Amino acid sequence: MSKVKIKVISRNPDDYLRATKRDIHKLPRNYDPSLHPLEAPREYVRAMNAVKLERVFAKPFIGNLDGHRDGVSSLAKHPSRLAVLASGAFDGEIRVWDLAVRKCTRNFVAHEGWVRALCYTPSGETFTSVGDDKTIKTWKSEVKSPEDEEPINTLLSMSVVTGVTHHRNKPIFATCGEHCQLWENTRNEPIKVFKWGVDSLHHVSFNQVEHNLLAACASDRSVILYDSRESGPLRKVVMELRSNALSWNPMEAFIFTVANEDYNLYTFDVRKLKQPINIHMGHTSAVIDVDYAPTGREFVAGSYDKTVRIFESLKGNSRDVYHTKRMQRLTCVKWTLDNKYILSGSDEMNIRMWKARASEKLGVLKPRERTALNYSESLKEKFANHPQVKRIARHRHVPKHILNAQNELRTIKEKVKRKEANRRAHSKPGAVPFVPERKRHIVKEDE
Amino acid sequence: MKNPKKKENKRYFDTKTEDKGQKTTTDNKEVEVFNIKITPELLRTHKYKKNDKKGFKKPIQKKDNSKFKGKAPIDPQKLELHSRGEGVGKGVRHPLHAEKLKKKERKFNYAQEQAARAEILLTEDHGALEVDEDSKTTAISQKIIAENVDISAAAKIFELDLDFGPYRAKYSKNGRHLLLGSNKGHLAAFDWVTKKLHFEINVMESIHDISWLHVETMVAAAQKEWLYMYDNTGTEIHCIKRMDKILRMEFLPYHFLLAAVNEFGFMSWLDISVGEIVGHYNNRLGRTAVMTQNPYNATICIGNSKGVVSLWSPTVKDPLAKILCHKTPLTAITVDNRGMYMATSGVDRSMKIWDIRNLDGPLQDYRLRSAPVHLEFSQKDMLAVGLDDVVEIYNDCCSKTTEKPYLRHRMGKAINNFKFCPYEDVLGIGTRNGFTSILVPGSGEPNFDALESNPFQTKKQRKEAEIKALLDKIPAELITLNPFDITEVDVPSMQDQMEAKKKLLKMDYTPRQKKKRNGKTFVARRKIIKEVARKEFIEQAKEAQKLLNLPEAQPAKKPSFGVLDRFVSNPKTKK
Repeated sequence: MSKVKIKVISRNPDDYLRATKRDIHKLPRNYDPSLHPLEAPREYVRAMNAVKLERVFAKPFIGNLDGHRDGVSSLAKHPSRLAVLASGAFDGEIRVWDLAVRKCTRNFVAHEGWVRALCYTPSGETFTSVGDDKTIKTWKSEVKSPEDEEPINTLLSMSVVTGVTHHRNKPIFATCGEHCQLWENTRNEPIKVFKWGVDSLHHVSFNQVEHNLLAACASDRSVILYDSRESGPLRKVVMELRSNALSWNPMEAFIFTVANEDYNLYTFDVRKLKQPINIHMGHTSAVIDVDYAPTGREFVAGSYDKTVRIFESLKGNSRDVYHTKRMQRLTCVKWTLDNKYILSGSDEMNIRMWKARASEKLGVLKPRERTALNYSESLKEKFANHPQVKRIARHRHVPKHILNAQNELRTIKEKVKRKEANRRAHSKPGAVPFVPERKRHIVKEDE
Repeated sequence: MKNPKKKENKRYFDTKTEDKGQKTTTDNKEVEVFNIKITPELLRTHKYKKNDKKGFKKPIQKKDNSKFKGKAPIDPQKLELHSRGEGVGKGVRHPLHAEKLKKKERKFNYAQEQAARAEILLTEDHGALEVDEDSKTTAISQKIIAENVDISAAAKIFELDLDFGPYRAKYSKNGRHLLLGSNKGHLAAFDWVTKKLHFEINVMESIHDISWLHVETMVAAAQKEWLYMYDNTGTEIHCIKRMDKILRMEFLPYHFLLAAVNEFGFMSWLDISVGEIVGHYNNRLGRTAVMTQNPYNATICIGNSKGVVSLWSPTVKDPLAKILCHKTPLTAITVDNRGMYMATSGVDRSMKIWDIRNLDGPLQDYRLRSAPVHLEFSQKDMLAVGLDDVVEIYNDCCSKTTEKPYLRHRMGKAINNFKFCPYEDVLGIGTRNGFTSILVPGSGEPNFDALESNPFQTKKQRKEAEIKALLDKIPAELITLNPFDITEVDVPSMQDQMEAKKKLLKMDYTPRQKKKRNGKTFVARRKIIKEVARKEFIEQAKEAQKLLNLPEAQPAKKPSFGVLDRFVSNPKTKK
């Protein structure tokens, strides 16, 4: 008999079955593509399922902070404590909330008239409030004895003050109203006053990265840049309509976004104010407030149409829209510093807390859950341009008044485009030039 | 690395005097404004900084650590196996998008490398058969194999002597369970490894074909009249009367479709998850019993009596492709599981191997002793040919021409059909008098993927797998010749979209009819417009005909019978 070597597949069941009931099952894997046929259609089906489930689990509303007796006018985030929020109302009341339990920890009447703006100092120990009674009051964040309820410091200003913001490192803060004024805690008079033109400013914000840079929204439809070390303002850019609010990108020092009355938000680069980097369209009414996420990649905008929209920094359309029947005109929006929640204060005395990513599961995820969610995310990204997947991912239910407003705005825009195209088609070539969209909304840039 | 042309970019707060030691107070100092003209060149060089240091390059000093040689080299064949195609390369013009694409491609390459490296974790090894140089592998019979192999593997060689007519045998997807159905109605399912019987019934009718469904608890039997479905206890769960007189059935596991071909040539696809018939039409090929599925793209291949193989999909009423294979009627057809090779055999005793994806010409052409009854590819591309009562298994017959088979097994009984068991080196043969199982070393895939099909599934795992499979069920509309079609850009509709956009900017709309529409003139005008449109259409049709050089349809000359013409029946007037 000639020598024969025969080998056959012979599996030992002990290698493939679990030893005891308390073990996990054994799953040998083989990634050979011939064992996994029809890869592309299966991935497509999984992507469809992922997108549909995302919409199923998209329940962004978490809860509301109830307590104010008049509309909420301003919100302030504590710089180091995630669960502390200060809010001011139209009746001069300031409330400090604990976000984890959604309860008010402290409330007191701070001003006669509106509380125009609130701002925490970077250390987090005190916060400053500015009101319609021309006072700037500094309060303690933590109250241990009844004496601490009184303001640490009260400054009287000559003119109405409408906004306050604090320098990142130095103990100076800026207020805006008639002019932009720089104050120091210990002095009773402003250490510097910036004047440019006659018009008043209504929103001011310090850059947290380039510490000395300051920007303000003025009522002459402009956005003015200041340097706190200089004596005068730097430059300004004038737009078609007034900007309501401004927010600096916390990751990129030279980028800021303004919320404008013409339903858009504009992202500018400080180095080139001639035209915005990006125009973010989506709202159907004036945009009231804007705040960046701590990652710098997204921002939230609240508008006069009663919705909150979340935009990505580089995209022109909103990623998500939050609305409730009970939420009326928004006055302020904030993105919390753990990048997870969005707070919106509105006219009807409520501060609402939303998830930043509507279908995110809060809480600790088990490793398998996390891998499954990551897989879904990458699938959605891979098939993002497929018409069916895109349709489902994009779809948001929106209240009727907004839907009607959107349709109206769409016809208006189409009409403008069509008219221009017709004009171009029927006139001498070159007579009607192509003006990029970004340039259209800027009137001029000044030094 | 400074470009000598580029100016040093000065920040707006830089002062002219550069005193690095001194700490300058920035309170009341005059700031000089530098006008940096931003030119497109500056932007380009600044934004998309490429690492093309045209100056001097620092040579990368290779650390010669002979102790630490770095990562293990990967077998290029394995790397090729896991590749998902070439990249887009330099197709993208915009530098930002090109960078993004580069990053993505890096990820793909990394995944490919990791998958190739993960092959080391595979535990089992292929079967093999080695003989001395002077002897042939065909001389090795099952007896010798049984002697040389361990006892548990030898137990896989068994024979069942059953009455009740020629048997058809099918293995379940994970290769653990076996279903036998006979022409005289005997239907049995059992776990052939442990020899545990699930059920054994006689349906009292002839069974033409059987099939496992997605789990081993459901089977389908195409009986004399209709299609029946049975449970794993033998209870009849469904009788589908819409699918009648079925000749052959195939189950498409990822689409949950049971495809069947009829005696009259009707093809139907039944979605067993919802119970709907997805496609049902006549393939106009007449009675064909030669049918198989292409597992790569889930199309059904049907062999014709004219020697043509056609590929069918449920939603398209015409064949996706037709290949003229033989000049004689086909007797058997099979496709390998990667969808690369198709083996067909005809009445003229020839067997041809085709490359399905190219469809140029036969790769190989073999002459056999007689017309094969059945053909089957194994997971490792071994081809089993069933001739009369002998099964010949060819090892590597697709890429090169082999003269001798790898193994031969002579059985006394006539072969009905056979199937390779999925993850084992076993070939199960259904014969006239029962069932035989033989060992074919090296035919099965040794390492299975438990998330695809697990022969050692427990009941719970089976239930979970069923749910996951249902969630991943592919809709029947996606069955096409190339399964990767879904990932490709639909160029025609994109072109349509672009054109629609262009049109929007230069819209030419029909002007409103300002004149009053009088009733009579309005009707007359519409008539005229209709006439004109019709004439135009006719002219266009004529021109198209001329272009195609179609001969004008001449009326066929009727045979004239002279006076008796009046009695010739006109097929048009006849009802």
